[in-house]
Amino acid sequence: MPKRTDIESILLIGSGPIVIGQACEFDYSGTQACRALREEGYRVILANSNPATIMTDPTFADATYVEPLTLEVLRSIIETERPDALLPTLGGQTALNLSMELVEAGVLDEFGVELIGADATAIATAEDRENFKDAMVEIGLGVLRSGIAHTVEESMEVVEEIGLPVVIRPAYILGGRGTGIAKTREEFAAAAATGLAASPISEILIEESIAGWKEYELEVMRDRNDNQVIICSIENLDPMGVHTGDSITVAPIQTLSDPEYQVMRDAAFACLRRVGVETGGSNVQFAVEPDTGRQVIIEMNPRVSRSSALASKATGFPIAKIAAKLAVGYTLDEIPNDITKKTPSSFEPVIDYVVTKIPRWAFEKFPGTTGELGTSMQSVGEVMAIGRTFPESVQKACRSLELGQIGLNGGPAEQRYRDMGDDDLRVAVGIGTPDRLFEVAEALRRGWSVDELYELSRIDPWFLDQLSIVVEQRLWLEQHQGGIESLTRPEWRRTKQLGFSDAQVAHLVGGTEAAARAARLAAGVITTFKTVDTCAAEFEASTPYHYSTYEDESEVRPGTKPRVIILGSGPNRIGQGIEFDYCCVHASFALRDAGYETIMVNCNPETVSTDYDTSDRLYFEPITHEDVLNIIEAEAASEGELVGIIVSLGGQTPLKLADVLPPELVLGTGPSAIDAAEDREEWAALCARLDIPQPAGGTATSTDEALAVVERIGYPALVRPSYVLGGRAMEIVYDDVDLKRAMAALSAAGTLGREGGLSAERPVLVDRFLEGAIEVDVDAVRDGVGETVIGGVMEHVEEAGIHSGDSACVIPPSTLSDETIDVLCDYTRAIAAELDVQGPINVQYAVQKGQVFVIEANPRASRTVPFVSKATGRPMAMVASRVMAGSTFGELRAEGLLGPEPELEHWSVKEAVLPFNRFPGTDALLGPEMRSTGEVMGVDTSAGLAFVKSQLAAGTAIPEPEDGLVFLSLADRDKPGGIEAATLLAELGYRLAATQGTAAALDEAGLKVEQVVARIGVASDAPAEAGEPDAVMLMNDGRLTIVINTPRGRGARADGDYIRTAAAEHGVPLLTTVAAAKSFAIGIGELRETQLKVRSLQSIHEAVAAASGTVSGSGPEVDR
Amino acid sequence: MNRAATEHGNDAASNPTNEPTNDLTNDATKGDTVVSRIQPAALVMADGSVFEGEHIGAVPTGGIASGEVVFNTALAGYQEVLTDPSYAGQIITFTYPHIGNYGTAAADAESRGVFARGVVVRDLARRHSNWRAEQDLGSFLERHGMAGIAGVDTRRLTRLIRDVGALPGAFAPTDGPGAQTLEQLTASAEAEPGTDGIDLVAQVTTAEAYRVGSGPRRVVALDFGIKSTILEHLGRYATVDVLPASATAAEILALEPEGVFLSNGPGDPSEVPYAVATVKELVGKVPIFGICLGHQILALALGGRIVKLPFGHHGANHPVMNTERGQVEITSQNHNFAVDPESIASVAEVTHINLNDGVCQGLRVTGVPAYSVQHHPEASPGPHDSAYLFEQFETLMADAAGATAAGRA
Ligand SMILES: Nc1ncnc2c1ncn2[C@@H]1O[C@H](COP(=O)(O)OP(=O)(O)O)[C@@H](O)[C@H]1O
Ligand SMILES: Nc1ncnc2c1ncn2[C@@H]1O[C@H](COP(=O)(O)OP(=O)(O)O)[C@@H](O)[C@H]1O
Ligand SMILES: [Mg+2]
Ligand SMILES: [Mg+2]
Repeated sequence: MPKRTDIESILLIGSGPIVIGQACEFDYSGTQACRALREEGYRVILANSNPATIMTDPTFADATYVEPLTLEVLRSIIETERPDALLPTLGGQTALNLSMELVEAGVLDEFGVELIGADATAIATAEDRENFKDAMVEIGLGVLRSGIAHTVEESMEVVEEIGLPVVIRPAYILGGRGTGIAKTREEFAAAAATGLAASPISEILIEESIAGWKEYELEVMRDRNDNQVIICSIENLDPMGVHTGDSITVAPIQTLSDPEYQVMRDAAFACLRRVGVETGGSNVQFAVEPDTGRQVIIEMNPRVSRSSALASKATGFPIAKIAAKLAVGYTLDEIPNDITKKTPSSFEPVIDYVVTKIPRWAFEKFPGTTGELGTSMQSVGEVMAIGRTFPESVQKACRSLELGQIGLNGGPAEQRYRDMGDDDLRVAVGIGTPDRLFEVAEALRRGWSVDELYELSRIDPWFLDQLSIVVEQRLWLEQHQGGIESLTRPEWRRTKQLGFSDAQVAHLVGGTEAAARAARLAAGVITTFKTVDTCAAEFEASTPYHYSTYEDESEVRPGTKPRVIILGSGPNRIGQGIEFDYCCVHASFALRDAGYETIMVNCNPETVSTDYDTSDRLYFEPITHEDVLNIIEAEAASEGELVGIIVSLGGQTPLKLADVLPPELVLGTGPSAIDAAEDREEWAALCARLDIPQPAGGTATSTDEALAVVERIGYPALVRPSYVLGGRAMEIVYDDVDLKRAMAALSAAGTLGREGGLSAERPVLVDRFLEGAIEVDVDAVRDGVGETVIGGVMEHVEEAGIHSGDSACVIPPSTLSDETIDVLCDYTRAIAAELDVQGPINVQYAVQKGQVFVIEANPRASRTVPFVSKATGRPMAMVASRVMAGSTFGELRAEGLLGPEPELEHWSVKEAVLPFNRFPGTDALLGPEMRSTGEVMGVDTSAGLAFVKSQLAAGTAIPEPEDGLVFLSLADRDKPGGIEAATLLAELGYRLAATQGTAAALDEAGLKVEQVVARIGVASDAPAEAGEPDAVMLMNDGRLTIVINTPRGRGARADGDYIRTAAAEHGVPLLTTVAAAKSFAIGIGELRETQLKVRSLQSIHEAVAAASGTVSGSGPEVDR
Repeated sequence: MNRAATEHGNDAASNPTNEPTNDLTNDATKGDTVVSRIQPAALVMADGSVFEGEHIGAVPTGGIASGEVVFNTALAGYQEVLTDPSYAGQIITFTYPHIGNYGTAAADAESRGVFARGVVVRDLARRHSNWRAEQDLGSFLERHGMAGIAGVDTRRLTRLIRDVGALPGAFAPTDGPGAQTLEQLTASAEAEPGTDGIDLVAQVTTAEAYRVGSGPRRVVALDFGIKSTILEHLGRYATVDVLPASATAAEILALEPEGVFLSNGPGDPSEVPYAVATVKELVGKVPIFGICLGHQILALALGGRIVKLPFGHHGANHPVMNTERGQVEITSQNHNFAVDPESIASVAEVTHINLNDGVCQGLRVTGVPAYSVQHHPEASPGPHDSAYLFEQFETLMADAAGATAAGRA
């Protein structure tokens, strides 16, 4: 069937902010869909609140709405744009749920919008676990014994029948939130309650637990002719019980015989048919009992999912793009396979390599979490590695993680597992944790048998044996006599084929990594690059998608044009995420348009940068010294000149390589400048030269030195390691006790070779903490002839002390004076010039009582580049990449890539989104260590409205006065500001509640406090009627609708902990700074006057361009 | 477990290269792991290219294993491929690097033995893991006297044979017991005739007739190298008399079959003129269903022409368009020859087309109850998408029976 001509415009809903369980894989899918649909000539309307995404780049859709993803907002977008159809399956669970709401609210009918790619009943069948099971039983598929409950009482009855252990899983949730396994009745009661709370329709499924069974996933595509194909099969190394998103997974399936696999394949097809997924990609999960082969179906997702992204990268089959084309009427056989060009997409990819995905977690940032993996997803990112065999791919994946591991084991990081006693180790390998893989490797090193480890871990013996092959080679290397030079070619070849890095060999045999590399090359063992081609070489393919291995033949085709290598940002982690992928992808586009051949290197399967058609050539490789050198060698072999490598757009990951890569190849700002900015002494000297004030401070490599520094600068002080991102391990200390503890923690980290370690070359920085200061971020770019362009000045809403990545910020600055802004810009120019920056730079300031202090400078693209670009219409990353490749602003202006100084008539607010609801029990308090996973953007005609939009986008519902009480509990220094906020809210009719101290202050200010709230503990251990209820009790009763709670500095934290934790759990809007509280109050006030209006980025940017006197501010309209 | 396989299992028990098949337990649950003793080996192709590797399986009969080197891209199903008689005379390369992961099981055998000349893999599993497994692949190869070479850059090899078409090659250990020199290997690679001009069917077809299945219908299956899964399918609705490839039309009709099945098999159909002659006599007299070589033989019997493909089809992921249903089937394929659709245009219609390269994958004879497909509806290994073709055969027989009944009345 040809494509549909009865529809002209299609609305696509993005997945909103990056959260745990929904990361940038949906930027990849949305971006592919936008491109595919526009290729077909449709008008694409995109709604997504996430400014860091590539899909929200104005060039990817015809109308892009960076607006809150709520029913009301979507309604007005539909009202304005009148799309013919809505494609709900490419924006994750968010888009799916929102589309369901639009259907139920009758909005789609009202405006005659057709749901394409999936229909409401199909979604309901798949998403409601009870419906789903019934449907599967109906078509004769194996399912698990289970029951549904809507109350704790019901759940007790259900568990009577099923018996323990059971799994509790809420309906309509993401990434397994609120799910858990209960072995005892007590555990069960608790888990049932959490589950009911987590489900938007308070419904849970109670199911027999089969923890320990093998877990599998199939990625299926179906078209309207009922043609179905399996794109990729995936086997989880971690057995059932560990969420697939938290499991180490391997493609293709390794331990199923063909008869078993074909039964699973048939079941997946039957499932899609029954559910009624008319077209597109779906993910079906199965479990298999190891001893009997009994197969049961776990769930299916009727949409593109995280696994689809993995499957696309693993096979080279662009699932999202094809799903979009199927949705508009094509059938699989009508769509050519881009990779072979000759064959159609109606086939099943086969691969001749092994793909391993390992997730990355951030437990260290959330004290109070157990670090145990379960049925609810907790990872924040993942890496993927390709190798010819599992040992090679798992070792490559380990070193891609950037956690200090240079392989499975056999590196310095191994020590910490070697230090474990046998008993601890025995327990550890039985529990899914981020460390389990390495603990298993350690157990194998100790000679434990595969069978014993299987009994303990339920990791399939095949995987364990493959791991032990690696470990045996590790032991062999360790025992090898005669040094690295004496390794023969066969020995080197076997070692490299098992995925060992030169660094590992050096560590085990003795010697430096450089010596190992030299010896290997001397032995004639060079890296070969194979191609990902969807057909295991059965047909000729011209895909420029490569992975390294150690075989006979390399397949890289020599390029002819001048080439630039762009190093990506590796796994998503808190502090380094999609924003950096945005920068790398933009660089690739800009440089390609400028006539370069672009070469992308990255190991993150969720990203747009790892789409094989984003750059001229893709190397899916770990971003380590060795792996990058190998690529340089392969590329240097080509005719066209290798112009250089871009290291400053991918965050800290590539930047760390700046001084080890060939200096002549590093484009833009030189390594010396990067060190000057990072090295405390040099930096201080530089600021002194320019006489730019810095917070008083010093460096320390020991606790005593730290105490000495504080002697000089006084408390409160800020302690942090150098060379880290996202304020890792950064702390505000108020006295010697705090300080000693902080230093101890840091030196502990040091010995692990982990991020944020303490050592002579990595000293700790101790600064005077500037209290009550306004923080400002400035993003700029400087070109080769010394001109600096300021991209944006961002005033933070929260005061300095809240990590820049966690605080809301606004463009243009809302309270800073023009003088201050000029000072900030002058300082930025001076610093950029002094560092001789050529490319992007980000400088952070704290403005205390009108005086500007510089906090730090990062001579690289910052987290805020995409936000700035969207707020101002200037493609900063494109500009920066061109500058690094040698262009001047003069040239770029002539080209039209860089517009004039933008005249902003609108306000843009960026708000951070935090994952506290995923980590019950951690204090939801913001601080100098970044903990947000994503961000949203609100744009409107006033700062207040933009702020409210950003709050709505971040998922904060705006309560009405009658809904309940606004609760305040403020630190003394915050009381004045807090009273202002309270006054504004009171004027709007909100009723107040407060803790004694705060209540008294409000009272003095003449504000009525309806409810005085007891300290935590006081009330809870006395009967309620005895004293007033405490805040937690009130929240449990749903009587509080807004919580304004600022930390009381030292001591009384504990009290606030409970309040904030409860607020996070109950989803009550929580404001931990008076600044935020004020903006919130102002915004709500303005919202009363006008109701929310939506406006596309394109029209905003046109307005800006018009005001500042140019045609287009959003970069060249290149067709992609 | 399927009866055909058991019967042949018994045949196999009486064959010398076969070790006792008892006490085969699943290593996954047993303690010891298979220790791989590395013995260097090399594969040399007729074009002179050399592939390093290590020896696995049995010692090659006559010191060197040689044959036409082909590849298969299926991700799983190595045992089914190895026991498929269609591979007689060939050395099989598996493009998926890990082979042997789930061991081997009698139930997965497609015939009484292994007819290929050798096997080439990137990595042979040292330890397998699957509840169905009875023996690891290494021992299975030894039991069947099958030599192999592991550690080969199978992707490089596949790219080579993809471009030049199937190419003769020879491999053997290059060190230790039975070591051969590269010169010796080159020589035998060049001397290797390949499969052209040889009647491979004669080597694999059953010596005596035998009967399987217990269904109500009576089917005669001509064994050109039949796979046991095919017999399972037919056996569901028919009692099947499996006859040697040399059976004459008279012998066949004497059994009064309601349908005749033409099986898959190895090599070039022009090497089995006798079978073509037999089928010529049968067409129109009795419903016919042919698969793979059987499909080509039917085409020849109809006066059609067979062409050798630039590069054959060797995988379990080939999209085939069913021109009547307008639907795509993902199919299992293994052939270097194909029917030239022009050559049969006057007598038959094309029912299936390979979407990758437009090759004819199926035909139905006009006005006569006979049809055939080039791909493998029995899969094993591969998808079940085309299994309906077996039901079609029963329907065809039913209709024919009805027709003749009507005729008599
Ligand atoms: N009955 C069960 N017993 C044990 N573990 C289970 C069971 N059901 C699901 N799980 C585990 O929980 C994880 C999440 O369950 P799933 O149904 O996939 O929910 P989600 O929608 O979060 O993916 C699965 O990946 C699996 O590891
Ligand atoms: N001297 C200081 N006074 C107050 N707050 C500070 C000071 N130094 C840093 N901060 C806060 O700590 C946060 C993180 O510090 P920063 O140097 O930016 O680390 P990172 O390199 O992780 O961004 C800043 O965003 C700021 O809010
Ligand atoms: Mg799941
Ligand atoms: Mg910072």
